Amino acid sequence: MQDISVLIGGKAGEGLNKAGQIIAHIFGALGYRVYLYYDYPSLIRGGHNFSIIRACETPIASHHDAIDVLLALNQETVTLHQKQLRAGGILIFDAAFVRADGMGIPLTIILEEEKAPAITRNTGIIGAFCKAIGIRWELLEEVIRKDIARQTEQNLAVARRGYEAVPGVMVVPDLQHKRLPFVTGNEAVALGLLHGGLTTYIAYPMTPTSSILHFLAEIAPPFGLKVIHPENEIAVMLMAIGCAAAGERVALGTSGGGFCLMTEGVSLAGMAEVPVVVVMGQRTGPSTGLPTYSGQTELFFVQHAGQGEFPRFIVAPGNAAEAYSWSAVALNLAWKYQTPAFILTDKNLSEGGFSLDLVTSPPSPEWFPPSEGGSSYKRYALTESGISPFIPFAAPGAVVKYNGYCHDEQGISTERPELVTIMQEKLLRKQQSLEKEISNIPSVNRLGVVDAATTLLCWGSCRGVCEEVAEHRRLRVVQPVVLCPFPVEQVRRALEGSDRVIAVEYNATGQLATLMLQHGFTIHHQIHKYDGRPFTIEELEERVKGVLG
Amino acid sequence: MTGMPLISDTQNTWCPGCGNFSIQHALKAVLSTLESEGISRDTMVLVTGIGCHAKMADYFNINSFYCIHGRTIPVATGIKIANPDLTVICCAGDGDAYAEGLDHLIFGAKRNIDITVIVHNNRVYGLTTGQYTPTSPLGFRGRSTPAGTLEYPLNPLEMMLATGATFVGRGYSRKIESLKSLIREAILHRGFSFIDVLQICATFFDVHDVYDQYVYELRDHESASFDRAMEKAREWDYNNKGPIALGAFYRAKLPTFDQKVTAKIISLEGRTAAIQRILDERR
Repeated sequence: MQDISVLIGGKAGEGLNKAGQIIAHIFGALGYRVYLYYDYPSLIRGGHNFSIIRACETPIASHHDAIDVLLALNQETVTLHQKQLRAGGILIFDAAFVRADGMGIPLTIILEEEKAPAITRNTGIIGAFCKAIGIRWELLEEVIRKDIARQTEQNLAVARRGYEAVPGVMVVPDLQHKRLPFVTGNEAVALGLLHGGLTTYIAYPMTPTSSILHFLAEIAPPFGLKVIHPENEIAVMLMAIGCAAAGERVALGTSGGGFCLMTEGVSLAGMAEVPVVVVMGQRTGPSTGLPTYSGQTELFFVQHAGQGEFPRFIVAPGNAAEAYSWSAVALNLAWKYQTPAFILTDKNLSEGGFSLDLVTSPPSPEWFPPSEGGSSYKRYALTESGISPFIPFAAPGAVVKYNGYCHDEQGISTERPELVTIMQEKLLRKQQSLEKEISNIPSVNRLGVVDAATTLLCWGSCRGVCEEVAEHRRLRVVQPVVLCPFPVEQVRRALEGSDRVIAVEYNATGQLATLMLQHGFTIHHQIHKYDGRPFTIEELEERVKGVLG
Repeated sequence: MTGMPLISDTQNTWCPGCGNFSIQHALKAVLSTLESEGISRDTMVLVTGIGCHAKMADYFNINSFYCIHGRTIPVATGIKIANPDLTVICCAGDGDAYAEGLDHLIFGAKRNIDITVIVHNNRVYGLTTGQYTPTSPLGFRGRSTPAGTLEYPLNPLEMMLATGATFVGRGYSRKIESLKSLIREAILHRGFSFIDVLQICATFFDVHDVYDQYVYELRDHESASFDRAMEKAREWDYNNKGPIALGAFYRAKLPTFDQKVTAKIISLEGRTAAIQRILDERR
């Protein structure tokens, strides 16, 4: 099976993310399923950045320790990553900056001769890379024209010189498979939200969800989308609540630190029964932690954020396709149940790149039980399902009263114990209705060797690496995608016939494992990783071997 | 809902003599007139914070959002962005607007969102039983500062002028006619309208004798001049005794935020096609 990994490294500001995308698009054009891991420190220029691009015949969402091709724009890339290069692998580097055994290309001279800006060094090395692995020049030219809007001709000239500077070493075959779109997890979330009927997106910049803000701001006009960047996360959440109350379909994005500021608003949305979707991209904590690295430490935080008891929906997609589909579903559920919904991602998913294979299209926007309004309208009308008919402000004849205080059906504040009890029970009924709905949506994945006795239990971006390890070790993978309301029955069915459960999580305490224990499941072993980086396949396999003995 | 009384039948729980009654009365009179002039009650939204003032949400029989402490302005901003045809009024306390939610007040003014912010400034936390606020005078003895506060008060008018509010005014809960005309003008003003209403707290900070002695109505004031407005705003510092001007200090016409962010909603089919185009670009 074709399975090729490329690492390109250099300093921040040298266009490494772009270079990774171009390489991913080249593999995508040859019908490969591609995964990209982008690793960068929190600084603007300098430091050491690298992308690992892995191309495979089958769908993937993880990477190996070993690489087949190493592309070095600086010495540090060689120092840090040469040991990962397989015997017989290809090393291409900029001869002016790097000393190594491999194919040095005179990029600095090429740039001078072509009068090209420094940023084109990345296309120069990609040119050499393409020649070395047997890519047709025409394909490279097509991809560069598509991916590089500025200084395209200079980039092409430099790429061509790089292409001519090295010999062909191998030929990566054209798989002739369907050419899939290559997107980041954040792009998949954003497009899924648009699919789900998003009309307004509000956010304060914070890694790893900033690129949702950037992407949506860029593509907003043809969607009639409003994109707003207010003063802080408190305003983000409260503006979103105001927008939703007046009829917008709204989502917002943040990470743990920003979400801390939003929690009063989460509780208000729960009490006032206002729909809102929060994209919560996890990174390494506590506090500032590692701003540009990953983690899975916010499950409990998101599950419990905000004072009081009210329903909420939490979904943790494991790859781009799930991010797309579930983002649309999250909007529908938030609006149907008029309560907060959370899309829990992490840096690896948000900023990683994936071939997007949408096997089934998610549902179209549903616009919840609408009300006809009129003078008898009650914002919190009591119903069997707990869901009150919703109507935005300005409905003819209706007085629409939202309230964060304990209130009656009309929305007028009350402190009467019997009314407070009735309204809390309304929220409970809504919770039960949501639970029932989730039980009818496939919310738990059973993957790998589905009848194996030993299970790797995981959530979110851990899915991809668990799947591959499971294939090698003949294990089952169970991945609850919906985490709240917890799909207990579906998890039970997914685990049927399994007598050993190994929980794999990117945190130090095992949050999913703890949640499972709370629901009466048994977890036999736990594997944790909390250095901000994703598991490589080999690394997790070693850890699993250690557990299995 | 036209024809229904503007004031709901919810039991009123303000203290006897509370300044909120006057503000409620003034707002009711203004809304009633605006309604008779053709602004539908369906399009009016009242947003309140937390504190005694916030009960206005319950007492007015109009669309409302009784939100949380300090957050009237972002909620009102969201409502206005979603539907620029709405008339959005925030009633906030001085704790709301000047302490917990000061950032939003400043940014509301900075972005000139077309909402009206009426601050019920009684210069004390009433509902939490008498602590100092950002506008309490130096040395104010409250329950958290029994020996007197150690901080000078903010001058909200000066701050609002400095941060870009396009309508800045001050009212007084015992000058009901001038308060009415001020509120009316603020609501009709296109842009961020700010009114600081000096309000009596009958229980914890009743300084009506001082206000009665020092307040005066602005006359022949050049409200289009920022410098004149700033001079008048600095005449009284909310701390020492001095002349307290009432009325519209500043009026400016500038494009509003809500006008700038409007977007045309497209059909579901158009949306699906646009998503497909973006995905195709990424192949």
